[in-house]
Amino acid sequence: MSAPDTADTTELSALLGKPWRKPAFVQRTWLRWTLILGFAAYLVAAYLTIEINWSRVYEGLERGKQFVLAFTNPDFVTRSGDIYAGMVESIIMTVAASVVGIAISIPIALGAARNVAPLPVYLICRSIIAVSRALQEIIVAILLVAIFGFGPLAGFLTLSFATIGFLAKLLAEDIESMDRVQAEAIRASGARWSQWINYGVQPQVMPRLIGLSIYRIDINFRESAILGLVGAGGIGATLNTSFDRYEYDTAAAILILIILVVMALEYLSGIIRARVQ
Amino acid sequence: MPVQDRNGQKIWQRRSGRESLMHWIMWLIGVAIFAYCWHQISQATTWFFVWDAPRIANDIWTRATPPKWEYITQLGKPIWDTLNIATLGTIIALFLAVPVAFLAARNTTPSALFIRPIALLIIVATRSINSLIWALLLIAIIGPGVFAGVIAIAIRSIGFCAKLLYEAIEEIDETQVEAITATGASRWQVMAYGIVPQIMPAFAGIAVFRWDINIRESTVLGLVGAGGIGLQLSSSLNVLAWPQVSLILLVILAAVVISEWVSAKVRGAII
Amino acid sequence: MLRLEKLVKTYKTGDQALKAVTLDIPEGQVLALIGPSGAGKSTLIRCINRLVQPTSGTVHLGDVELTGLSSGALRRERRRMGMIFQEYALVERLTVMENVLSGRLGYVPFWRSFLRRFPQTDVDEAYRLLDRVGLAHMADKRADELSGGQRQRVGICRALIQDPALLLVDEPTASLDPKTSRQIMRLICELCKERGLAAIINIHDVALAQMFVQRVIGLRSGAVEFDGPPEGLTPDVLTSIYGAEDWEATIEKVDDEDEAAV
Repeated sequence: MSAPDTADTTELSALLGKPWRKPAFVQRTWLRWTLILGFAAYLVAAYLTIEINWSRVYEGLERGKQFVLAFTNPDFVTRSGDIYAGMVESIIMTVAASVVGIAISIPIALGAARNVAPLPVYLICRSIIAVSRALQEIIVAILLVAIFGFGPLAGFLTLSFATIGFLAKLLAEDIESMDRVQAEAIRASGARWSQWINYGVQPQVMPRLIGLSIYRIDINFRESAILGLVGAGGIGATLNTSFDRYEYDTAAAILILIILVVMALEYLSGIIRARVQ
Repeated sequence: MPVQDRNGQKIWQRRSGRESLMHWIMWLIGVAIFAYCWHQISQATTWFFVWDAPRIANDIWTRATPPKWEYITQLGKPIWDTLNIATLGTIIALFLAVPVAFLAARNTTPSALFIRPIALLIIVATRSINSLIWALLLIAIIGPGVFAGVIAIAIRSIGFCAKLLYEAIEEIDETQVEAITATGASRWQVMAYGIVPQIMPAFAGIAVFRWDINIRESTVLGLVGAGGIGLQLSSSLNVLAWPQVSLILLVILAAVVISEWVSAKVRGAII
Repeated sequence: MLRLEKLVKTYKTGDQALKAVTLDIPEGQVLALIGPSGAGKSTLIRCINRLVQPTSGTVHLGDVELTGLSSGALRRERRRMGMIFQEYALVERLTVMENVLSGRLGYVPFWRSFLRRFPQTDVDEAYRLLDRVGLAHMADKRADELSGGQRQRVGICRALIQDPALLLVDEPTASLDPKTSRQIMRLICELCKERGLAAIINIHDVALAQMFVQRVIGLRSGAVEFDGPPEGLTPDVLTSIYGAEDWEATIEKVDDEDEAAV
């Protein structure tokens, strides 16, 4: 027993009196300092290339104050016609695009799940998803407005297209990670492919599909508020005009309406998600 | 019971008569709403343009190809600006989101009655409004430029980051906090030792995730005048310089793909 | 040294967890608190260092009355009471060393603790304690890499580095296997003897309690039912604490184990 004891005490006395430092997150010293210095250098460079016109900013503070004050006294009345038409158009675009987008994304999600679809279908569906996710709504909207002309049709198509990329990707991941045993039990009973999907796959992914769909409706509404900036319909055009005319009280009214609708949707989605799960 | 007695035979049905009737009515209402929405959209559409769409699309395609490759020399600064808008915006947002998240989380808020609702309001207000709208607003206030873009991205990201972060704070293991409290640590020490280590992985993940999203969003902020590559896109669109537009779209696509790859790598390294 | 007087805790739900508990613990005494689940053992321990706010009654630690202290003074007194937890309650993403040093948080200013610049004497003491429990080589490991028994040793170090006068030990063995449980109990009791610490060990394993402590308190629905030496735990007494059960087997088993241990 005495031999390990002395070893222990020498080990301890080697440790005593030495300062202790927390082991660094990046172990290699040179790498750590390169990262820190590189990041600092980037921040300095980035800051230097941003031209900030401080006197302009200072002047703007007054307008900023006016805008904040406008929230205490929003003007729903003066442009009530425009606001009403814009909000209705936004909601209509949201509803129609969500329905169509969800309907299309279900087959695409099935096609993009490797455990359900054969390889060629998988590749096609995955590339559709990749394209849809890589292009932002606003860019798609610009192109579609150029092609289809101004109006809510371009916005509707934009939102449908964006919904497909979002929903199909997440749903496909869910299908790929589902319980194999349950699905195989259905297949073992001699079901056709369509029956297999209906009985083996659908019940497992249904709660998630509903949850994601509601989340996407929420996003679609928020996006529909900006499509008007490029002429694709919705409340965005009214909002843009009110900013251009410095009518902050009208802008504040529109922003408050958007926030209220988003809050209502979030509240609703909380209830529905709690019910399906 | 969803079993029906018909001619002496028991037939199993998934739903009882009442349930299935309700089910059909729900579907009917849904279809009616959709039909109404579609009707409204089609009324507001000039169908002549739509029937003409294939020809126009083809026309744009022939004009836009091949992209004007030499234009890329003029895109260096806009790309750099775009990167800065996203990165600086994310950093500012994180600094502001941390206190908001601590004020919003049920277990760390100083007052659940007064301060928590304010923090939640900040979160929902900044989250509901798209960064393009924030940019519009800031341009009206502080003038166009990269700075407005940085602030727009920052404001938009506060709510997003603070929401995810406060959910992470509410999920921490309270016994670890209790143990630190029991040593006689002060309120700030409890935060630094008991809470911060527990939410660190979530924080890093949120930061990288939001940076990825912000790269996407900052590419289009220029459309309303808030700096970055969107400015070039907007001016090229205004003069219908389609070969430049197609090149810019390719650059944006590349930026999005690269940022997604970087964020996936970094997240993999952290977790 | 520690004196509880008519300590009452009533939860918001109306449950009375403690009904006027009065207790006097002299310096250096190791005491086991036994009783069925929900008897108020955990609440009693937490009322002493005010992790749970007692409804009424007083707690004296030495000459200081704890229940009326301001939060600053309470933090200073908490330094004199080390606490050991059932699920170890280590901060899992910090290193073993940081976990041990977190016991010194009450002594160092915020900036030092935030930058991990603890005084050298604290670091040395942490190494000595870790060496005493056989974990000196693990100092820079993250706490979640350790096994249950190792984690509880780190928890003990964290409590001892506070240089406490009293240890509050909440179910130290509930998450451990029988062999490790005994090792941990033995370690706690040895350390208390070495340093002359008083300890309240809240434990549900009667046999384990009898093996190690000098005094046993039996708690039943918030009231003291038994107070005496471990030999006094007759089947009648146990029945009065826990309810009817065949206690002979439990007590006999203890005797067997005692012999085996010796």
